[in-house]
Amino acid sequence: MPVTRGFFRKRDESPAGRLPPGQYDTGSGWPVLTAEATPRIEPADWSITVDGLVEEPTTWSWDEAHRLPSATYSGDIHCVTTWSKFDMVFRGISVDDLLAAARPRPEARYVLAHSSTGYTTNLPLEDVTGGRAWVVWEAEGKPLSREHGGPARLLVPHLYFWKSAKWISRLELLAEDQQGFWERNGYHDRGDPWREQRYQGDA
Amino acid sequence: MSAIDDVVPRETAWTTGTIITKEQPTPDQVRLRLHVDDRQPHDPGQHYVVRLRAPDDYTAQRSYSVASDSQDPLVELLVERFPDGEVSGHLGDVAEVGDVLEVRGPIGRWFRWDARTPAVCLVGGTGVVPAVAMLRTARRLGRTDLLRVAAVGRDPEHLPYAAELARAGALVAYTRHDAGGRVRGVPTAEELAPLAAGAEVAFVCGSPRFVGLATPLLIGAGVDPTTIRVEQFGATG
Repeated sequence: MPVTRGFFRKRDESPAGRLPPGQYDTGSGWPVLTAEATPRIEPADWSITVDGLVEEPTTWSWDEAHRLPSATYSGDIHCVTTWSKFDMVFRGISVDDLLAAARPRPEARYVLAHSSTGYTTNLPLEDVTGGRAWVVWEAEGKPLSREHGGPARLLVPHLYFWKSAKWISRLELLAEDQQGFWERNGYHDRGDPWREQRYQGDA
Repeated sequence: MSAIDDVVPRETAWTTGTIITKEQPTPDQVRLRLHVDDRQPHDPGQHYVVRLRAPDDYTAQRSYSVASDSQDPLVELLVERFPDGEVSGHLGDVAEVGDVLEVRGPIGRWFRWDARTPAVCLVGGTGVVPAVAMLRTARRLGRTDLLRVAAVGRDPEHLPYAAELARAGALVAYTRHDAGGRVRGVPTAEELAPLAAGAEVAFVCGSPRFVGLATPLLIGAGVDPTTIRVEQFGATG
Protein backbone atom coordinates (compact mmCIF):
# COMPACT_ATOMS: atom_id res chain seq x y z
CA MET A 1 0.00 0.00 0.00
CA PRO A 2 1.22 3.53 -0.69
CA VAL A 3 2.96 5.71 1.84
CA THR A 4 0.71 8.66 2.72
CA ARG A 5 2.32 11.86 1.49
CA GLY A 6 3.41 14.00 4.41
CA PHE A 7 2.47 11.54 7.18
CA PHE A 8 5.05 10.58 9.81
CA ARG A 9 5.03 8.76 13.13
CA LYS A 10 4.54 11.40 15.80
CA ARG A 11 3.53 9.47 18.88
CA ASP A 12 6.18 8.20 21.22
CA GLU A 13 6.78 4.50 21.14
CA SER A 14 4.58 2.72 23.60
CA PRO A 15 6.15 0.59 26.32
CA ALA A 16 8.16 -1.92 24.33
CA GLY A 17 6.06 -4.31 22.33
CA ARG A 18 2.77 -3.62 24.08
CA LEU A 19 0.88 -1.91 21.30
CA PRO A 20 -0.55 -4.21 18.61
CA PRO A 21 -0.37 -2.97 15.01
CA GLY A 22 -2.67 -0.06 14.17
CA GLN A 23 -3.50 0.64 17.83
CA TYR A 24 -2.77 3.72 19.95
CA ASP A 25 -2.61 4.23 23.70
CA THR A 26 -5.78 5.97 24.89
CA GLY A 27 -4.11 6.94 28.15
CA SER A 28 -6.45 7.63 31.05
CA GLY A 29 -9.65 7.52 28.99
CA TRP A 30 -11.85 4.47 28.64
CA PRO A 31 -14.11 5.02 25.61
CA VAL A 32 -17.61 3.55 25.65
CA LEU A 33 -18.88 1.76 22.57
CA THR A 34 -22.19 -0.05 22.37
CA ALA A 35 -24.70 -0.88 19.68
CA GLU A 36 -27.81 -0.83 21.82
CA ALA A 37 -29.53 1.15 24.51
CA THR A 38 -27.68 0.54 27.82
CA PRO A 39 -29.75 -1.80 30.00
CA ARG A 40 -30.27 -1.41 33.73
CA ILE A 41 -29.71 -4.80 35.38
CA GLU A 42 -29.75 -5.13 39.14
CA PRO A 43 -27.29 -7.62 40.61
CA ALA A 44 -30.25 -9.49 42.15
CA ASP A 45 -31.61 -10.04 38.63
CA TRP A 46 -28.29 -11.03 37.08
CA SER A 47 -27.13 -14.61 36.58
CA ILE A 48 -24.63 -16.49 34.45
CA THR A 49 -25.47 -19.78 32.76
CA VAL A 50 -23.15 -22.29 31.10
CA ASP A 51 -25.05 -24.67 28.84
CA GLY A 52 -25.08 -26.23 25.39
CA LEU A 53 -22.66 -29.13 24.99
CA VAL A 54 -21.94 -29.65 28.68
CA GLU A 55 -22.64 -32.53 31.06
CA GLU A 56 -24.09 -30.27 33.74
CA PRO A 57 -25.86 -27.10 32.53
CA THR A 58 -25.39 -24.69 35.43
CA THR A 59 -26.63 -21.26 36.44
CA TRP A 60 -25.05 -19.09 39.11
CA SER A 61 -26.85 -16.18 40.74
CA TRP A 62 -24.94 -13.01 41.67
CA ASP A 63 -24.34 -14.35 45.18
CA GLU A 64 -23.42 -17.85 44.01
CA ALA A 65 -20.95 -16.44 41.47
CA HIS A 66 -19.35 -14.36 44.19
CA ARG A 67 -18.75 -17.50 46.24
CA LEU A 68 -16.51 -18.89 43.46
CA PRO A 69 -12.77 -18.20 43.81
CA SER A 70 -12.04 -14.56 43.11
CA ALA A 71 -9.82 -13.95 40.09
CA THR A 72 -8.03 -10.83 38.91
CA TYR A 73 -6.74 -9.75 35.51
CA SER A 74 -4.12 -7.02 35.37
CA GLY A 75 -3.01 -5.97 31.94
CA ASP A 76 -3.88 -4.36 28.65
CA ILE A 77 -7.07 -4.27 26.57
CA HIS A 78 -7.42 -3.54 22.87
CA CYS A 79 -10.51 -2.21 21.05
CA VAL A 80 -11.00 -2.74 17.33
CA THR A 81 -11.73 0.99 17.00
CA THR A 82 -7.92 1.33 17.49
CA TRP A 83 -7.53 2.33 21.11
CA SER A 84 -5.63 0.22 23.61
CA LYS A 85 -5.58 0.79 27.33
CA PHE A 86 -2.68 -0.34 29.45
CA ASP A 87 -2.59 -1.71 32.98
CA MET A 88 -6.26 -2.23 33.64
CA VAL A 89 -7.28 -4.22 36.71
CA PHE A 90 -10.45 -6.31 36.61
CA ARG A 91 -11.81 -8.59 39.30
CA GLY A 92 -14.35 -11.37 39.08
CA ILE A 93 -14.17 -15.10 38.48
CA SER A 94 -12.35 -17.29 36.01
CA VAL A 95 -14.29 -18.86 33.14
CA ASP A 96 -12.22 -21.99 33.85
CA ASP A 97 -14.08 -22.39 37.14
CA LEU A 98 -17.46 -22.10 35.44
CA LEU A 99 -16.47 -24.67 32.83
CA ALA A 100 -15.06 -27.03 35.44
CA ALA A 101 -18.49 -27.14 37.09
CA ALA A 102 -20.45 -27.51 33.84
CA ARG A 103 -17.99 -30.06 32.33
CA PRO A 104 -17.82 -29.49 28.55
CA ARG A 105 -18.47 -32.52 26.39
CA PRO A 106 -15.58 -33.66 24.16
CA GLU A 107 -17.30 -32.37 21.02
CA ALA A 108 -17.62 -28.81 22.40
CA ARG A 109 -15.18 -26.61 20.49
CA TYR A 110 -16.74 -23.15 20.37
CA VAL A 111 -18.51 -20.76 22.70
CA LEU A 112 -21.29 -18.34 21.86
CA ALA A 113 -21.38 -15.68 24.59
CA HIS A 114 -24.82 -14.14 25.12
CA SER A 115 -25.71 -10.86 26.80
CA SER A 116 -29.05 -10.17 28.40
CA THR A 117 -29.58 -7.56 25.65
CA GLY A 118 -29.45 -10.22 22.93
CA TYR A 119 -25.88 -9.30 21.94
CA THR A 120 -23.76 -12.32 21.06
CA THR A 121 -20.13 -13.00 20.20
CA ASN A 122 -18.40 -16.23 19.18
CA LEU A 123 -15.09 -17.56 20.44
CA PRO A 124 -13.09 -20.78 20.08
CA LEU A 125 -13.35 -22.70 23.37
CA GLU A 126 -9.57 -22.66 23.70
CA ASP A 127 -9.66 -18.84 23.83
CA VAL A 128 -11.72 -18.89 27.04
CA THR A 129 -9.79 -21.62 28.84
CA GLY A 130 -6.36 -21.81 30.42
CA GLY A 131 -6.66 -18.62 32.49
CA ARG A 132 -7.42 -16.39 29.53
CA ALA A 133 -11.06 -15.41 30.19
CA TRP A 134 -13.04 -14.06 33.11
CA VAL A 135 -16.47 -12.87 34.14
CA VAL A 136 -15.76 -9.58 35.90
CA TRP A 137 -17.80 -7.16 38.03
CA GLU A 138 -15.08 -4.81 39.16
CA ALA A 139 -12.81 -2.52 37.12
CA GLU A 140 -10.06 -0.36 38.61
CA GLY A 141 -11.27 -1.26 42.10
CA LYS A 142 -14.84 -0.08 41.55
CA PRO A 143 -18.05 -1.88 40.59
CA LEU A 144 -18.26 -2.18 36.81
CA SER A 145 -20.44 0.67 35.58
CA ARG A 146 -23.52 0.03 33.45
CA GLU A 147 -22.02 1.58 30.33
CA HIS A 148 -18.99 -0.70 30.62
CA GLY A 149 -21.22 -3.76 30.97
CA GLY A 150 -22.15 -3.79 34.65
CA PRO A 151 -23.11 -5.55 36.69
CA ALA A 152 -20.86 -8.13 34.95
CA ARG A 153 -19.18 -8.64 31.60
CA LEU A 154 -17.06 -11.24 29.91
CA LEU A 155 -13.34 -10.39 29.75
CA VAL A 156 -11.16 -11.97 27.05
CA PRO A 157 -8.34 -9.44 26.94
CA HIS A 158 -6.09 -11.21 24.44
CA LEU A 159 -8.74 -10.64 21.75
CA TYR A 160 -10.32 -7.37 20.53
CA PHE A 161 -12.67 -6.06 23.15
CA TRP A 162 -15.96 -6.67 21.32
CA LYS A 163 -15.39 -10.33 22.29
CA SER A 164 -15.63 -9.25 25.95
CA ALA A 165 -19.42 -9.17 25.89
CA LYS A 166 -21.04 -6.62 28.20
CA TRP A 167 -23.99 -7.65 30.41
CA ILE A 168 -22.94 -11.29 30.04
CA SER A 169 -25.65 -13.81 30.87
CA ARG A 170 -24.80 -17.08 29.16
CA LEU A 171 -21.96 -19.12 27.69
CA GLU A 172 -23.32 -21.62 25.19
CA LEU A 173 -20.92 -24.39 24.16
CA LEU A 174 -21.16 -25.54 20.56
CA ALA A 175 -19.55 -28.07 18.25
CA GLU A 176 -19.55 -25.69 15.26
CA ASP A 177 -18.65 -22.02 15.18
CA GLN A 178 -21.75 -19.81 15.05
CA GLN A 179 -21.21 -16.13 14.33
CA GLY A 180 -22.23 -13.52 16.87
CA PHE A 181 -23.48 -9.97 16.45
CA TRP A 182 -20.46 -8.04 15.17
CA GLU A 183 -19.12 -11.10 13.40
CA ARG A 184 -22.28 -11.24 11.28
CA ASN A 185 -21.88 -7.52 10.82
CA GLY A 186 -18.51 -7.81 9.15
CA TYR A 187 -16.07 -8.25 12.02
CA HIS A 188 -13.60 -11.09 12.34
CA ASP A 189 -14.46 -14.49 13.83
CA ARG A 190 -11.39 -14.63 16.08
CA GLY A 191 -10.20 -11.01 16.50
CA ASP A 192 -6.56 -11.38 17.52
CA PRO A 193 -5.21 -7.81 17.83
CA TRP A 194 -1.61 -8.98 17.30
CA ARG A 195 -2.58 -10.37 13.90
CA GLU A 196 -4.84 -7.37 13.27
CA GLN A 197 -7.88 -9.57 12.65
CA ARG A 198 -10.39 -6.71 12.57
CA TYR A 199 -12.81 -7.53 9.78
CA GLN A 200 -14.10 -10.53 7.87
CA GLY A 201 -11.48 -11.26 5.23
CA ASP A 202 -8.44 -10.46 7.42
CA ALA A 203 -6.05 -13.39 7.55
CA MET B 1 -35.66 -4.08 9.30
CA SER B 2 -34.31 -7.51 8.56
CA ALA B 3 -33.38 -9.52 11.60
CA ILE B 4 -29.75 -9.52 12.49
CA ASP B 5 -29.64 -13.24 11.73
CA ASP B 6 -30.43 -12.53 8.08
CA VAL B 7 -27.31 -10.46 7.61
CA VAL B 8 -24.67 -12.16 5.52
CA PRO B 9 -21.10 -11.13 6.31
CA ARG B 10 -19.36 -9.46 3.42
CA GLU B 11 -15.62 -9.27 3.20
CA THR B 12 -13.96 -5.95 2.65
CA ALA B 13 -10.38 -5.34 1.61
CA TRP B 14 -8.03 -2.38 1.80
CA THR B 15 -8.01 -0.29 -1.33
CA THR B 16 -6.99 3.22 -2.27
CA GLY B 17 -8.98 6.44 -2.39
CA THR B 18 -7.92 9.67 -4.07
CA ILE B 19 -8.98 12.99 -2.60
CA ILE B 20 -11.02 14.76 -5.28
CA THR B 21 -12.33 17.64 -3.16
CA LYS B 22 -11.44 18.91 0.29
CA GLU B 23 -13.42 21.56 2.15
CA GLN B 24 -13.24 22.88 5.68
CA PRO B 25 -16.74 24.23 6.35
CA THR B 26 -15.67 25.23 9.87
CA PRO B 27 -12.29 25.18 11.63
CA ASP B 28 -12.99 21.79 13.18
CA GLN B 29 -14.61 20.06 10.21
CA VAL B 30 -13.00 18.57 7.11
CA ARG B 31 -15.16 17.32 4.27
CA LEU B 32 -13.41 14.92 1.91
CA ARG B 33 -14.79 13.49 -1.31
CA LEU B 34 -12.84 10.48 -2.51
CA HIS B 35 -12.64 8.43 -5.63
CA VAL B 36 -12.38 4.88 -4.27
CA ASP B 37 -10.80 2.15 -6.37
CA ASP B 38 -12.65 -1.20 -6.57
CA ARG B 39 -15.49 0.37 -4.65
CA GLN B 40 -18.27 -1.73 -3.12
CA PRO B 41 -21.81 -0.38 -2.74
CA HIS B 42 -22.77 0.86 0.73
CA ASP B 43 -25.95 1.41 2.66
CA PRO B 44 -26.58 4.70 4.44
CA GLY B 45 -25.26 4.50 8.01
CA GLN B 46 -22.14 2.51 7.17
CA HIS B 47 -18.60 3.81 7.59
CA TYR B 48 -15.19 3.65 6.00
CA VAL B 49 -11.80 3.22 7.63
CA VAL B 50 -9.03 5.59 6.55
CA ARG B 51 -5.43 4.46 7.16
CA LEU B 52 -2.36 6.66 6.99
CA ARG B 53 1.03 5.08 6.40
CA ALA B 54 4.39 6.62 7.34
CA PRO B 55 7.61 5.89 5.42
CA ASP B 56 8.65 3.47 8.22
CA ASP B 57 5.37 1.54 7.75
CA TYR B 58 3.89 2.92 10.96
CA THR B 59 0.13 3.22 10.44
CA ALA B 60 -2.78 5.02 12.07
CA GLN B 61 -6.39 4.45 11.16
CA ARG B 62 -9.79 5.86 12.08
CA SER B 63 -13.39 5.21 11.06
CA TYR B 64 -15.55 7.89 9.44
CA SER B 65 -19.24 7.71 8.59
CA VAL B 66 -20.18 8.10 4.95
CA ALA B 67 -22.34 11.13 4.10
CA SER B 68 -22.88 10.28 0.45
CA ASP B 69 -25.50 8.14 -1.22
CA SER B 70 -24.37 4.87 -2.76
CA GLN B 71 -25.10 6.21 -6.27
CA ASP B 72 -22.85 9.23 -5.75
CA PRO B 73 -19.74 8.70 -7.91
CA LEU B 74 -17.58 9.72 -4.93
CA VAL B 75 -17.49 8.67 -1.28
CA GLU B 76 -17.96 11.66 1.03
CA LEU B 77 -16.56 11.55 4.55
CA LEU B 78 -16.83 14.19 7.25
CA VAL B 79 -13.88 14.33 9.61
CA GLU B 80 -14.08 16.11 12.94
CA ARG B 81 -10.77 17.67 13.86
CA PHE B 82 -9.61 16.89 17.36
CA PRO B 83 -6.84 18.79 19.14
CA ASP B 84 -3.64 16.81 18.50
CA GLY B 85 -5.70 14.35 16.45
CA GLU B 86 -3.20 12.10 14.74
CA VAL B 87 -5.40 11.23 11.77
CA SER B 88 -7.86 14.14 11.78
CA GLY B 89 -4.96 16.58 12.13
CA HIS B 90 -3.24 15.12 9.08
CA LEU B 91 -6.46 15.16 7.06
CA GLY B 92 -7.09 18.77 8.11
CA ASP B 93 -3.63 20.29 7.85
CA VAL B 94 -1.57 18.19 5.48
CA ALA B 95 -3.82 16.25 3.10
CA GLU B 96 -4.45 17.86 -0.28
CA VAL B 97 -6.53 17.18 -3.35
CA GLY B 98 -4.81 14.42 -5.32
CA ASP B 99 -3.38 12.63 -2.28
CA VAL B 100 -3.97 8.89 -2.17
CA LEU B 101 -5.16 7.34 1.10
CA GLU B 102 -5.67 3.71 2.11
CA VAL B 103 -9.36 3.09 2.67
CA ARG B 104 -11.56 0.16 3.51
CA GLY B 105 -15.30 -0.17 3.49
CA PRO B 106 -18.12 -0.18 3.77
CA ILE B 107 -17.96 -1.41 7.36
CA GLY B 108 -20.81 -1.96 9.82
CA ARG B 109 -23.94 -3.86 8.97
CA TRP B 110 -26.00 -3.02 12.06
CA PHE B 111 -26.18 0.75 12.00
CA ARG B 112 -27.56 1.08 8.50
CA TRP B 113 -30.89 1.81 6.96
CA ASP B 114 -32.48 -0.42 4.32
CA ALA B 115 -34.41 2.52 2.78
CA ARG B 116 -37.63 0.53 3.13
CA THR B 117 -38.40 0.58 6.86
CA PRO B 118 -40.00 3.68 8.42
CA ALA B 119 -37.21 5.21 10.49
CA VAL B 120 -36.40 8.06 12.85
CA CYS B 121 -32.92 9.47 13.50
CA LEU B 122 -31.88 11.44 16.55
CA VAL B 123 -28.34 12.55 15.85
CA GLY B 124 -25.95 15.05 17.39
CA GLY B 125 -22.90 17.00 16.24
CA THR B 126 -20.83 15.06 13.72
CA GLY B 127 -23.20 12.16 14.46
CA VAL B 128 -25.49 13.73 11.83
CA VAL B 129 -23.35 12.25 9.02
CA PRO B 130 -25.11 8.87 8.71
CA ALA B 131 -28.47 10.68 8.80
CA VAL B 132 -27.28 12.86 5.89
CA ALA B 133 -26.53 9.71 3.90
CA MET B 134 -29.97 8.32 4.79
CA LEU B 135 -31.69 11.55 3.69
CA ARG B 136 -29.77 11.62 0.40
CA THR B 137 -30.69 8.00 -0.28
CA ALA B 138 -34.35 8.60 0.61
CA ARG B 139 -34.42 11.58 -1.76
CA ARG B 140 -32.91 9.57 -4.62
CA LEU B 141 -35.48 6.82 -4.12
CA GLY B 142 -38.36 9.25 -3.74
CA ARG B 143 -39.08 7.81 -0.28
CA THR B 144 -38.51 10.82 1.97
CA ASP B 145 -41.81 9.84 3.59
CA LEU B 146 -40.03 6.94 5.32
CA LEU B 147 -37.44 8.97 7.21
CA ARG B 148 -37.67 11.59 9.97
CA VAL B 149 -34.55 13.26 11.34
CA ALA B 150 -33.90 15.35 14.42
CA ALA B 151 -30.40 16.88 14.46
CA VAL B 152 -28.93 18.48 17.57
CA GLY B 153 -25.96 20.82 17.74
CA ARG B 154 -24.54 23.41 20.08
CA ASP B 155 -24.95 26.15 17.45
CA PRO B 156 -24.85 26.36 13.64
CA GLU B 157 -21.04 26.42 13.68
CA HIS B 158 -20.99 23.00 15.37
CA LEU B 159 -23.62 21.22 13.32
CA PRO B 160 -22.27 19.84 10.05
CA TYR B 161 -24.68 19.86 7.10
CA ALA B 162 -27.06 22.14 9.05
CA ALA B 163 -28.40 23.84 5.91
CA GLU B 164 -28.86 20.57 4.03
CA LEU B 165 -30.64 19.02 7.00
CA ALA B 166 -32.99 22.00 7.31
CA ARG B 167 -33.75 21.92 3.57
CA ALA B 168 -34.59 18.22 3.86
CA GLY B 169 -37.16 19.02 6.54
CA ALA B 170 -35.19 17.78 9.55
CA LEU B 171 -35.89 19.19 12.99
CA VAL B 172 -32.73 21.18 13.72
CA ALA B 173 -32.33 21.86 17.43
CA TYR B 174 -29.57 24.07 18.82
CA THR B 175 -28.79 23.81 22.49
CA ARG B 176 -27.08 27.22 22.74
CA HIS B 177 -28.59 29.22 19.92
CA ASP B 178 -32.11 30.52 19.23
CA ALA B 179 -33.08 30.00 15.61
CA GLY B 180 -36.19 30.20 13.47
CA GLY B 181 -38.52 30.82 16.38
CA ARG B 182 -37.16 27.85 18.30
CA VAL B 183 -35.69 28.62 21.70
CA ARG B 184 -32.39 26.89 22.46
CA GLY B 185 -32.57 23.48 24.10
CA VAL B 186 -32.55 19.75 23.44
CA PRO B 187 -35.56 18.43 21.54
CA THR B 188 -38.58 17.85 23.75
CA ALA B 189 -40.73 14.73 23.81
CA GLU B 190 -43.45 16.87 22.19
CA GLU B 191 -41.13 17.73 19.30
CA LEU B 192 -39.91 14.16 18.89
CA ALA B 193 -43.18 12.26 19.24
CA PRO B 194 -44.54 13.20 15.77
CA LEU B 195 -41.19 12.28 14.18
CA ALA B 196 -41.10 8.95 15.98
CA ALA B 197 -44.71 8.04 15.23
CA GLY B 198 -44.81 4.99 12.99
CA ALA B 199 -41.06 4.47 12.98
CA GLU B 200 -40.06 0.80 13.15
CA VAL B 201 -36.37 1.49 13.66
CA ALA B 202 -34.60 4.35 15.44
CA PHE B 203 -31.02 5.49 14.86
CA VAL B 204 -29.07 7.39 17.51
CA CYS B 205 -25.61 8.68 16.62
CA GLY B 206 -23.25 11.02 18.41
CA SER B 207 -20.83 11.28 21.30
CA PRO B 208 -21.33 9.00 24.32
CA ARG B 209 -22.71 12.02 26.18
CA PHE B 210 -25.19 12.73 23.40
CA VAL B 211 -26.22 9.07 23.17
CA GLY B 212 -26.79 8.97 26.92
CA LEU B 213 -29.15 11.92 26.55
CA ALA B 214 -30.80 10.94 23.27
CA THR B 215 -31.78 7.36 24.01
CA PRO B 216 -34.08 8.22 26.96
CA LEU B 217 -35.51 11.14 24.94
CA LEU B 218 -36.59 8.77 22.20
CA ILE B 219 -38.01 6.29 24.67
CA GLY B 220 -39.88 9.19 26.28
CA ALA B 221 -41.26 10.07 22.84
CA GLY B 222 -42.75 6.60 22.56
CA VAL B 223 -40.00 4.66 20.76
CA ASP B 224 -39.70 0.96 21.61
CA PRO B 225 -36.20 0.61 23.16
CA THR B 226 -35.60 -2.67 21.31
CA THR B 227 -35.82 -0.84 17.95
CA ILE B 228 -33.05 1.63 18.82
CA ARG B 229 -29.71 1.22 17.07
CA VAL B 230 -26.84 3.23 18.49
CA GLU B 231 -23.56 4.41 17.02
CA GLN B 232 -21.26 6.16 19.47
CA PHE B 233 -17.89 7.64 18.83
CA GLY B 234 -15.29 9.16 21.05
CA ALA B 235 -12.60 11.76 20.60
CA THR B 236 -10.02 9.37 19.21
CA GLY B 237 -8.34 11.82 16.84
